[in-house]
This record gives sequence, C-alpha cells and structure tokens, in this order.
Amino acid sequence: MKTFSLTLLAAGLVATAAQAKLSVVATTPELGSIAAEIGGNRVSVTTLAKPTEDPHFVAAKPSFIVKLNRADALTEGGAELEIGWLPPLLDQARNPKLAAGAPGRILCAENIQLLEVPATLDRSKGDIHAAGNPHYMTDPGNASMVAKRLAGALSELDPKSRDVYQANLRKFTERLESKLAEWEKLCAPFKGERVVAYHDSWPYFARRFGLTIVLFLEPKPGIPPTPVHLAKVIAQIKAEHIRVIMVEPYQNRKTAETVAAETGATVVDVAQFPGPIKGTDDSYIALMDYVVHSVAKELGAGKK
Amino acid sequence: MEQLKRQLQQVQENFERIQREQKQRIEALTQKLDNVVRQLAAEAEKKKLEQELITSLRTNRPAATVQADTTPVVGASKPQPEVAGEKKPWLPTDPIRIGGARAYMDIGLVGTFAAGGSTAADIEGGTQLGGHDPNQRGFTVQGVEANFAGAVDPYFRGNANLAFLLNSQGESSVELEEAWLETIALPWNLQVRAGQVLTEFGRINTQHPHSWAFVDTPLVNGRFFGPDGLRNPGARLSWLMPTPFYSELFLTVQNSQGETASSFRSGGHSHGGGEGAEELPFAYRHPDNDRGVKSLGDLLFTPRYAVSFDLTELQTLVLGASAAFGPNSSGGAGDTTTQIYGLDAYWKWKPANAHGGFPFVSLQAEVMFRRYEAGAFDWQEAADAGGTPIMNEDTGLPAVLGQETLTDYGFCAQLLYGFRTGWVAGLRGDFVTGDEAEYEKMALTLKGEPLGRDPQRAQRWRISPNLTWYPTEFSKLRLQYNYDDRQDIGIDHSVWLQFEFVLGAHAAHKF
Repeated sequence: MKTFSLTLLAAGLVATAAQAKLSVVATTPELGSIAAEIGGNRVSVTTLAKPTEDPHFVAAKPSFIVKLNRADALTEGGAELEIGWLPPLLDQARNPKLAAGAPGRILCAENIQLLEVPATLDRSKGDIHAAGNPHYMTDPGNASMVAKRLAGALSELDPKSRDVYQANLRKFTERLESKLAEWEKLCAPFKGERVVAYHDSWPYFARRFGLTIVLFLEPKPGIPPTPVHLAKVIAQIKAEHIRVIMVEPYQNRKTAETVAAETGATVVDVAQFPGPIKGTDDSYIALMDYVVHSVAKELGAGKK
Repeated sequence: MEQLKRQLQQVQENFERIQREQKQRIEALTQKLDNVVRQLAAEAEKKKLEQELITSLRTNRPAATVQADTTPVVGASKPQPEVAGEKKPWLPTDPIRIGGARAYMDIGLVGTFAAGGSTAADIEGGTQLGGHDPNQRGFTVQGVEANFAGAVDPYFRGNANLAFLLNSQGESSVELEEAWLETIALPWNLQVRAGQVLTEFGRINTQHPHSWAFVDTPLVNGRFFGPDGLRNPGARLSWLMPTPFYSELFLTVQNSQGETASSFRSGGHSHGGGEGAEELPFAYRHPDNDRGVKSLGDLLFTPRYAVSFDLTELQTLVLGASAAFGPNSSGGAGDTTTQIYGLDAYWKWKPANAHGGFPFVSLQAEVMFRRYEAGAFDWQEAADAGGTPIMNEDTGLPAVLGQETLTDYGFCAQLLYGFRTGWVAGLRGDFVTGDEAEYEKMALTLKGEPLGRDPQRAQRWRISPNLTWYPTEFSKLRLQYNYDDRQDIGIDHSVWLQFEFVLGAHAAHKF
C-alpha cells in the first residue's frame, strides 16, 4: 500500500516535471525543427502544417484550435504565409499568451529583410504578399536569425532554462556556420547560373548562393501553369541552356517533367520543409544540405 | 508484522523529512539564481541599449528589435543587396490603398451575381427560398457584401457585414447581415459575441452565402429560418471545453421577433415570402398576434454543442447538435412556442501533398426537426378588417382554425469533390416535408379555389449537381442545375450560372 502511494507520488513528480515543459506550436515544420533544437528537452513542439503540403493552404482543423488554446508559445513564419488559415484558428483559440505582441507570439519574419516587397498591392499580378516574399527560410542566414529570435523568445518565457537555450543556439549556429561555408564553396562555381522553379519560393536561396531564379512554371504566383506560358518557358530554357528545374513535393511534378523532356533540363526535387524527401527529416540543416547538394550536383553535371 | 509496519513508518518519515529539507534548499538556491540572472540581464540590457543608441545615432536608422544575447548570426556580414525598384517612397499622387496588416480595419467587398432561368413561374420565394438566391429569369444581383473587421482594442474585435441587394422588381435594399464585437481576453476559455449575430445553429446558417458551395439556400434552411437565415440582435456565449479533442458549447440569446426569426415572432409576413404570401400565410393563419417581450422566456434561446475528431492525419470529422427555443406569434392566446432541433456532420479528406487546397473530398449533412404550436385563428376577423378570408366549404363561413401542433422536418446533404486545382464538382440533395395537419384536412377555399396541403409545409425534394471553377481564391464561376419536385405543383428545372468577385481583405473561412 505504502509503496503504491510512493509510486503515485513519484509519478506525480514526473508528471509535474513533464508539464513544466514549455509547449510550443510551430506553424510550419522547419520552424518546428529549429524550435525543437533550440528548446531541447525544455520544450515540447507541435507542428501544424504537414511537411508535404502547401503552407499557404493548410486546413484550419478544429483540433488545431485545441493545440493553440493550450500552447505557451506560437512560432509563425509571418509575412502572410499563414494568412489563409491561422487567423480564424487564433480567434477561436482565445489564448492570451498568443495575443499579438505577447512574448509567446514569436513572429519569425521580424528583423528579416524581406525581398520582393510590392510597391503597389495589385492582385492582377497573382498571389503577392504585402509584406514581401514569405519564403525567407530558404536562406540559411535567415534561419540563423530565426534561431536567435527563438532562443531570445524562449529565454524570456522560461528564464530558468536560458542557459540551455543559449547553449543550444550556439551549437546550432556553429553547425550551421560550418555547413554554410561548405555550401557556399560548393555553389561558388555556379555564380550567376540560371535555374527554373515551379513557384517563386526561392529568391532568398538564389541570393545566398549566387544563382538567378527568375523563371517559373507558374505564370504568376499561385496561378497554375498554362500551355502558353509553358511554351515561353521552354523556349527560354532552350535559349539559355538552363539545366535545373526545382520542384517541391506538393507541386505538379508531371508538368515539370514535361518541360524537362522538351528541353533536356533535369527535374530536381527540393523542399522548404524537412521530412518529405528521404534523409531530410532530421533537421533544417539536413534539409538544406540535401537541397544545396542536389542543385549543385545537377549544375555540376551540366558543366562537364 | 508490527516490526515491519514500524520500520515502514520510520522510513517514510525519514523520506518526508529529507524531502522537506531538499525542497527548502531548492527554493533558496532558485531564488539566489533568479537574483543573479536578473542582475546579469539588467546589466546586459543596459549595455545593449547603449550599443543600440550608439549604432542608431551613427547610422541614423531605426534600431533593431530587442535580442537578448550576443550569438553571432550566420552569414549576416554578407552584403544583402536590395533588389532595385521594389520599394519606392509614397507620393501624394499615389492611390491610397488599405491593406491588411497596415490599417486599423480590414475592408473587403464580395459581389455575387447569377444568370439563368427556370421552368417555374414562381422563382422568387417559390422555387428559390433564399433572399440571396437567383430571383428571376435572366440576371440577378445575389448580393454585394461589404465586410469591415479589425481589433477594436486589447479587449474586443469588431466585425460588420453589410449586404446590398436588388430584388426581382429592381428595388434596392440594404441589409445588416452581421455587426458584432467579440471578446479577446475573457478567462476560462469563454468568448462573448454581441450585436447583430447569425444564430449558431448547424453549419449553413452561420456561413455567409458567398461561402456556400451551391448557388442557393438549402430548402430546410429556407423553410425553417426564412429567406435571410436565422439572425437577430443578441449575444452568443461560447466555451471551448477542456477536453483532449475539440469540443465547444454555444448559447445564443436573441430577440425572437422580426423577419429574420422566421419560425418565431416573425411579424405579419409569412415564411418564404413570394406571391400570395399575404393571402396564404404559413399554417393558413396570419402570425400577427405578437405578445411582445414580457419575460426572458420571450427571447430566442439557441444552445449548440460541436465536437471534432481527426479520424486520420488526412480526415477530419465535425459533429454538431443544435436547438432553438422561442415564442411564436401564431394565434390569439399569445402563448404558442416553437422548438427546432438539428444535427449536423461534416467530413473532409485532403491528401498530404495538397497544393492550393486541392484535391479534396468533403461531405456535409444537416437534419432538422421543427415543432410549431399554431394558435387558434378566426378568418372572420380578417374579413371584418377588409381582407379576403379563407372560407370553410362545409360551413360556408370564414374558416375557424383550431390550435394545433405542426411537425416538420428536412435535411440537406452535399458532397464536394475538388478534383484538380481550382475545380470542384458538387452534388446536393434536399428534402423537406411536414406531417399533414388538421387545417390541411379541412375543406378550405380561397377565392373559390380549394386549398390542400400548405405549400410551405408540403413535401418537396430537390437534386442539384454543380461545377465550380475558382480561377483564384478571389473569384469563382459556378454552373448549377436544380431538379425540383414540389407536391401538388410538380417538377421544375432550373439552371443558374453564378459569378463572384472578392476585393480587398477577405478573412479566411472557418473549417
């Protein structure tokens, strides 16, 4: 009997320790992955968007309301990436910890210099975002800023674990730094090289690695490819001897394959989120390692 | 045995003592640590502020937002070239634009129109029960709806929907669809919405017509809630319950009178409107014996419970049960009431690699049951007032209708298949009917014409396949066919082409 109550007491202590973990909700998987690396064993991370799905159009499932209601912190990409599904969830979650401006509301786009900020808001130009292109995490430099932002926010929410967060941040930053040097070296021979993408999600990646990604299979952001537009793209790929077409898991690979078959270019599977491609499910760094190597490999094959 | 017990007690006492001591030590150390951390943080803060001030003075640029550490940022030293021509300063001659994030209020406009025709002669209020439905052969303005939304202050958010309408006679009207404030910061997971609110009953009733998957109002909603749905001035309290799955409890309390409270104290007009409605009202009696509001019981009470489960990673189910209780203004005694009960279900599947929200399959169904106490009504009074009375053939006198309870039920089920980006095929089935009441069995006539089943309660069913193309999320084109079978009237065919645009900010829809 006594042993039983002792066991209960112990179980109770363990449970309290488990509850003391900071509960962090991440909108997209790459933010979730970095939050988990910075938070270590002091946080539990839940990610809303699946790594394989279009981050602009995530189903606003009621189960997400419950997750947001019970979270201590929310880390979101911002810059209108989640505008189609996150606001009604937050309205219904009624969690003051996640109110705009609260310490638990971690807006990762803050402090990031966004590209392609439109001078005028005009939807005839397709699905543009007033704050700029929201796919900034494709530049590891921005990921480093986000990691720092996360460590700062987590330290503010849970000052007792501050040292853990800062140590994890240093570890992450050091690894990313050495990897980035390797990636930049790998891409150095391809400065100015032109690459085609399905959707305009890679301007930050292009800037970082000195590539030119201004030709897309979509005629305008968010508008599905049309035969007329694809014909123009095919002509341009042929004229400029472009080697690589980047396609993400949720995009129509068949369209890209058709263009590739017409032009002799190669379809390279890439992703913004760790998980959907084999070997990238570990972390953001593993994902970027995969993307950089795949693109560089195809560009290198073209040089030979 | 005794010895063992003693031993155990001693061990436990020891354990508790040690625990107490350790706890005290932990607390003391924690406090010490906190003090040190606070001191360090204050120092760091001071230093950082100094640094920021220096930099900001030197560069004359806004200081960077607070970062409480000194870890270097990878690759930040690299120059980040601005892409030329992307950001230009605002000039007084530029158009003023109101964007989502930069204004105090989001402003949006939705224009919904239809073109088409029907074999039916009585389209407005006849085949089409909704106030936002296509209302004539040719073109219809289904509604131009302005939406204003934003945070009011740290405690409330505000929202208003104003609809501009044109009826088949070309008469304009403005309708206050919704206008409410909602609490942001109530404790215990509570939320209150107050103002002019759509009643939280089922799924269709709480959605604005432009987010419906079909051109028109479901029959059961049209019959039970009237042309504009159930909505009225009032307040809605909701509680997000502490269950591991989503479950929410709602209670809406509203005024029970007016055109937008059809089955309740809906004034002199009949349900569904349309030609002859004045002469042939619902239940063949004018609902004009309104007793006003004397107690809480004279208001409209609508409880609802909703739950949701993720069946798999890719499938979600939402279930709901609703009820609405309130007085109605039928009969002279002034104590008649209405109860409406409803069940609803929504299931959706979306694959893991969905693009732009496609493909998907969804199924939605709503069932409703209404119990309406019709009061006694004497058509002699209507005749004395100068109206055309309904006559009783058996007596040769204006009809005298007794008090009775009317039961009606109906359902609406719709299946949607988003088969490729921007394209949705839909199929909807509608069914409504009511138990034949005493007044429908009487030998009644109006202007010599015999009356049978009440057209607002007789059996009716409708099948509607449709195809929708969304060029983007801001526009749509929809083609729909309705096969309509009304008891005593017959079969009608209608074809409608709906087109819609969205301007400005548009809030994301709920699941």
